[in-house]
Amino acid sequence: MNTESIGWWGVVIGILAGAVRGGTPFLLVSLGECLTEKCGKINLGLEGTLLVGAMSAYAISYKTGNPWIGVAAAAGAGAVMGALHAFLVSRPKVNDIAAGIAMLIFGSGLAFYLGKPFIQPSAPQLPGLELGGWSAMPQVAAALKISPIFLLGIALAFLLQWAFRSTRFGLRVRAVGDSPAAARALGISVGRTRLLGITLGSALSGIGGAHLSLFYPGAWTEAISSGQGLMAVALVIFARWNPVHCLYASLLFGGAQAIGPSLQAVGVSTGYYLWNASPYVLTLAVMIATCSTRRTLAGAPGALGVPG
Amino acid sequence: MILSSAIIARAFRVLALLATGWMTQHAVAADKVTMGFIYVGPKDDYGYNQAHSQGCAGVQKLDWVKGVEEASVPETTAVQETMRNMINLDGATVVFPTSFGYFDPHILRVAKQFPKVQFLHCGGLYTEGKHPANVGSYFGYIDEAVYISGIVAGHTSRSGKLGFIAAKPIPQVLRNINAFTLGARSVRPTATVQVIFTGDWAMPVKEAESATSLINQGVDVLTCHVDSPKVILETAERRGIYVCGYHADGSKLAPKGYLTGAEWNWSKVYTDYAGWVRAGKSLAAGTIPHLVRGGLKEGFVKCSDYGPAVGEEARKKADAAKAAFMSGTMVIFKGPLVDNGGKAILPAGKEYKQQDLELESMGWLVEGVIGSTKS
Repeated sequence: MNTESIGWWGVVIGILAGAVRGGTPFLLVSLGECLTEKCGKINLGLEGTLLVGAMSAYAISYKTGNPWIGVAAAAGAGAVMGALHAFLVSRPKVNDIAAGIAMLIFGSGLAFYLGKPFIQPSAPQLPGLELGGWSAMPQVAAALKISPIFLLGIALAFLLQWAFRSTRFGLRVRAVGDSPAAARALGISVGRTRLLGITLGSALSGIGGAHLSLFYPGAWTEAISSGQGLMAVALVIFARWNPVHCLYASLLFGGAQAIGPSLQAVGVSTGYYLWNASPYVLTLAVMIATCSTRRTLAGAPGALGVPG
Repeated sequence: MILSSAIIARAFRVLALLATGWMTQHAVAADKVTMGFIYVGPKDDYGYNQAHSQGCAGVQKLDWVKGVEEASVPETTAVQETMRNMINLDGATVVFPTSFGYFDPHILRVAKQFPKVQFLHCGGLYTEGKHPANVGSYFGYIDEAVYISGIVAGHTSRSGKLGFIAAKPIPQVLRNINAFTLGARSVRPTATVQVIFTGDWAMPVKEAESATSLINQGVDVLTCHVDSPKVILETAERRGIYVCGYHADGSKLAPKGYLTGAEWNWSKVYTDYAGWVRAGKSLAAGTIPHLVRGGLKEGFVKCSDYGPAVGEEARKKADAAKAAFMSGTMVIFKGPLVDNGGKAILPAGKEYKQQDLELESMGWLVEGVIGSTKS
C-alpha cells in the first residue's frame, strides 16, 4: 500500500481512531453520570463540570508545567462541583434536574470567566502511549497514540461494573438509588452515600475535560465541549446504566463524530451536515431497535430523580 | 413570586436612562471619540476576534480615542443590549459589531433607534438604499494575503496536496479557498486543495478531526478559515507538516511548520474611522463612505513573516506577487477560469477586479479544489 495516500483506508482509520480519541470525554462523563444516577440522582451539570475540568487542567498544566498535576486539578475541581450539586439536591424539595441546569450554567460561566487568560498560552500536553511503533505508516502510528485517560476510562468501566455487582460500596450505592427508604432501614446513610457517589462521578467528568484540553484536541477554548457533556448524560440512558455499555456507546459516538471529516478528506463532499448529524441518527436507530413494549427501561434506578 | 420581570426591567431602564444623562455629560471629555467594539468570541483566540481586538488596541493609542470592548457576545438580542449599553452608558458614537451574524436584524434594529450613532459592520452585507443611512460596512481583501500563502504553500509542499479546513461555504470563505488554490497553482499547476467544511465557526473537535484526516490522506500543508485556527495550527505542528495561518499571527503555535499567514490589520481601518468621526463626518451625511474596502496595498491586510521552512525560491515568488499587489497590477481572478466541475467561469482576457460585486457573491470552487459547496 502506498503510504502517501491511503484513500478509503483513511476513513476506516479515521473512524476507529476517532472512536478512541473523540470517545474518551464521552466515556468519562458517562461513567460519572452512571455512578451519579445509580445513587438515584441526575446531574445535568456535568457539561459545566466538563468545561471546569478542561479549563482547570489546562490552567494548572500551564502554570506548573506538569500535565498530570493538571489532571489532578481537573478531578479536584470536578469533585468540588459535584459536592456542591450533591449538597443542593440533598435539601428537601430540590429538583435535581433544575439544580443540574443551574450547575451547568454556573460551571460554564465559571470556566469561561476563570479561563480567559488561558485561551492564548500553550500548556504542556499529556504524553500519549505510542502503541503504533510497529507500523511504518505514520497514519497508523498517529491513530494508535492512545490517551492515558482513555485507558483509565476502560479500567474504570470494568471496575465500576464489578463494584456495582460485588462490592459493599457498589451495593450501597444501588440500594440508595433503588429505594432510599429501604437503605435507610438497613442503616445506610443515604445522604453520605449520595454525596460520595455524586462527588466521585463529577470528578470523573472533570478528568474527561482534562482529556479535551490536554490531549485531544488539546487546547482550551470556550467551544471545547460544545454539548458533549449533555450527550454523555443521554448516553447513560442509551447504555441502560451499565458501565461497560457506556464504554461501547462512547466509542460509537466518538467514531460517528469522525465520519463527516474523514469522508470529506477522501472527496465525499456532499451531505456533510447530514454526516455530522449521524451520532444522533444512530442514537435514534439503536433506541428504536432495542425498545420493547413489554418492559420499561430495564436497569433504571428505582428512585431516580425522586426528591428526598 | 409574582413580581413580574417586566416591572424590574422597567425599573432598570429608568435607572439606566438617568445614568445616561449623567454619564454623557461627565464621563466623556470634550472631543474624545468613544468607539465600541463587540466580538462574538474571546479576545485572545489567535483568530478573528483577536485581530479585531488588536485593531481596538491600535486605535486606542491615539489619546483622543476611548475604546470600549465586549467579548463573547452571542449573535442574539444580547448584541442589541450590548450596543445600547455602549451608546447609552459609555457614550459611544460609533460601534463596530464585528461578527457576520450581528447584522440582520440586530444592527438594523438598533441603528434605527440611534440615528446619530455610526454602525459599522465587518462584512459584505450592507446594501445601499435598503438599509439605514447610519449603517456602513468595511472589509479587507484578505484573499490577496491568502493568495500569497498559496504561493508559499504550493512551493513548499512535497506531495502537492494542500488542505483547507473551512467553516461554511459562504462567499467570503469560498473566495479564500479559491485564492489559496490559484496562488498555489500559479507556481505548481498540478497542486490540489482538499476542502473540508466543519459546519460552524468554532468546532475544535471537528477541526482537529479534519486536520488529522487530511494529514492521513497525504496533505502536507494546511490552512483554514475558521474563527480560531489554534487547534489546526497545533495539530499540524504535532504531526510535523506545514501550515499557513489565518486572521492573526500564529507562528508561536507552530514554530517549525508555520510558513506564512493572512492577517488583518484593523488598527489602520479603525484609525481612519476615528479620524472621520472626530472631524464631525457621518455616514448619513455621506461624508464617511458606506463601503470601505482595501487589500495589501491599502494596508487593510498583511502577511505573516516567513517561517524557517520557506525556501529562497518561494520567498522570491511570494515577494514578487506581493510587490505586484502593492503596485495595483495584480489580479487574482482572471480568465480563463474554470470551476472544479468543468464549467467556465471567466473566458480568457476577462477578469474580476477586487471591487467586482460578483466576487462578494461567489458560489463556485475553482479547478484544483477537491470539494463541493453543496451542504
